[in-house]
Amino acid sequence: MTERPRTDRATGLASPERGPDQPQTERAEATLEAEVAGSPAIEEASLWSDAWRSLRKNPFFLAGALLLLVFLVMAAFPQLFTDVDPRACDLSRSADGPSAQAWFGYDVQGCDYYSNVVHGARVSVTIGFIAMLGTLAIGVVVGALAGYYGGWIDSILARVTDIFYGLPLILGAFILLAVLPQRGVFEVSLALIVFGWMTAMRLVRSTVVSVKEADYVQAARALGAPTRRILVRHILPNAIAPVLVYSTIYIGTLIAAEATLTFLGIGLQLPEISWGLQINSAQNRLRDAAHLIFFPSIFLSLTVLSFILIGDALRDALDPKLR
Amino acid sequence: MGRYIARRLLLTIPVLIGASFLIFAMVYALPGDPIRALAGDRPLSAAVQAQLRADYNLDDPLWLQYLKYAGGLLQGDFGTDFSGRAVLDTIEQRLPVTAKLALAAVVFEALFGLTAGILAGIRRGSFFDNLVLVSTTLIVSIPVFVLGFVAQFVFGLRLELFPTSGIGAGWYSYVLPGLVLASLSLAYVARLTRTSLAENLRQDYVRTARAKGLKPSVVIGKHTLRNSLIPVVTFIGADIGALMGGAIVTESIFNIPGLGRAVYDAVLRQEGAVVVGIVTLFVFFYIFFNLVVDILYALLDPRIRYD
Repeated sequence: MTERPRTDRATGLASPERGPDQPQTERAEATLEAEVAGSPAIEEASLWSDAWRSLRKNPFFLAGALLLLVFLVMAAFPQLFTDVDPRACDLSRSADGPSAQAWFGYDVQGCDYYSNVVHGARVSVTIGFIAMLGTLAIGVVVGALAGYYGGWIDSILARVTDIFYGLPLILGAFILLAVLPQRGVFEVSLALIVFGWMTAMRLVRSTVVSVKEADYVQAARALGAPTRRILVRHILPNAIAPVLVYSTIYIGTLIAAEATLTFLGIGLQLPEISWGLQINSAQNRLRDAAHLIFFPSIFLSLTVLSFILIGDALRDALDPKLR
Repeated sequence: MGRYIARRLLLTIPVLIGASFLIFAMVYALPGDPIRALAGDRPLSAAVQAQLRADYNLDDPLWLQYLKYAGGLLQGDFGTDFSGRAVLDTIEQRLPVTAKLALAAVVFEALFGLTAGILAGIRRGSFFDNLVLVSTTLIVSIPVFVLGFVAQFVFGLRLELFPTSGIGAGWYSYVLPGLVLASLSLAYVARLTRTSLAENLRQDYVRTARAKGLKPSVVIGKHTLRNSLIPVVTFIGADIGALMGGAIVTESIFNIPGLGRAVYDAVLRQEGAVVVGIVTLFVFFYIFFNLVVDILYALLDPRIRYD
C-alpha cells in the first residue's frame, strides 16, 4: 500500500534489511554446500557468538532469563512451589487477607490464593507458546509467498493483511471467541493466531524482498535449485534474527492478550485456573480485597516482563547497527 | 500527489468490504437463535417469528444477507438492533464519548511521551534516560486492564483524585481512562523519540550547526527536533485510529458508555447489526488515519514523494 517504512510497535523493529552475512559466492551449489562447513558457517556463528557474548554481560537479559526460568518451571511443575491443593476451599475463609499460613490470603471461595496463582502460570505460558508458533507458521508461509513471488499474489496477500490489520487483536479475538461453542486453551490460541499473524508476515516478507535478488540467490536459481530449496536454505535464514526478536516479545503480548480476553469473560472459562479468571472474579472486590487483584496481576506482569526483557536484549545484541 | 491519494482511496474499498464481510460472517455464525433471545420468556407465535426472521433477513444465505446489509450501509442505513433502535442512533450517541477518550489519550501520549523521549534522547546514558528506559519497559509489561485497576486503586480509591467510573464529571472523568488507554503508546512514543533524536544528533548537519557556534537550545530545538519528530508525529497520527478500536478494555473497566462498550454488550447480546456496524466504523477510522498520516509524511519529509 505504501513504501513508508513501517516500524512494528511491539518490537520497534524497522523492516529488516540485514540478516546474518551471506556468502556472496557464485560457485556451484555443491561447492556451496561444502562451504557451509567452512567459512560461511564461521561467519554465521560469529553473529550468534557475538550476540551471546554481549547477552551474557547484559543484566537486563540475565534478569529476564532468570524470571522466565522461574515461570517456566512454575508452569511445568507447580508442585515444586506449593503443596497446597488449589481446589481445596473453605468458604469460612472467603477473601481473607495474606497471613503466615496463606501468603497471598484466600480467594472468594476460600481457596488458598498462593496455590491458585502458582497453578495459573501453566495456561498462560501454554497459550503464549501455542499462539506464537501458530503466528509464525502463518507469518512465514504467507510472508515467504508474498515476498518471493511478488506481483498479483503479493497484492492480494497485502490486501488480506490490511483487512486483518484494521481489526485490533483484542476486538477481533473477542468476536471470534463469542462465536465458538466452547472456549478452552485451543480456542483462545486460535483466536489470537487468526487476528495476530500480520506483523510476522510483514517481517518475513520484507526480509525475503530484500534478499531475493541477491547474487547468491541468483546463483542458486541459475543452478536450477527448486524454489522451495532456495527459500528454505538461502532466503529464509536471513529472517531468523528479526523473527526471533519479534516472537520473543510477541509471546509477552499474547500472554497479556489472553489474560485480557479471559478477564473480559470471553476467554478461558471456570473451572480452569488462570490469572485472567482470578482477576475477573475479584474485580468487584477492589475496595475491600485488593490482594485478590494484586497477586495474579503481579505474576502476569512479571511473566510478560521476562519476555520483553529477553526480546529487547536480543534485539540489541543481534542488530549490527547498534554495535 | 492527487493520483496517489485517489489510488489509496480506491484501495481502501476492498479492505473495508473484506473487513466488514469478515465480521459479518463471524457474527452470522453466532450460536443460538437471536429471535428466541429477543422474545425472552414469553414464546412468540410462529407467525410473528417468521415475520421477524423475514424482517432481519435471517433466512437468506450468508452472502445475500451481507449484500443486503452492505447495500443499506451504502445508503447510510446501519440497520436496527433487536429493540428496533437504529444502529446509527447508537453510533451518534456513543461516538463522541469514544472520540473524547481517544483525544484525551492522544494528548497524554504526545505530552508525556514526547517530553520523556526528548529529555532521554538529549542525554543518553544519563539517570533520566535510564529511568525512561526502565519505566517504559515496565509500562509495556503491564496489561492495560491491570494498569486500569492500579490507576483506579491508587488515584481513585486511595488518593480520591479522579472518578473511577462513568463520565459524569465531564472532561475530568476522561483523565484516568485516557492515561490508561494511552499507556502503551505513550511508552512507545517515548522510546521512538529517544532513538530518533539520538540518531539525528550524530548527523553531520548537527555537527555543522554546533561548529557554527549555535546555542545548544537552537541546535536541538530548531535543527535536530524537526527531523527527529517526523516518525513520531506520524506514529501518533496513525495511533488515533488504533486507540478508538482499542478502547473496548478501557471502556469496560471505567464503565464508559462509548463504542467499545457498545460492541462488548452487543456481542454478549448477539446483536449482529450493532457489532458489524461499529467494528466496520473502527476499521474505517483506522484506514482513514493511516491515509492521513501517509499524506502528512510526504508533506513533512521532502525526500518522500508518492508519484
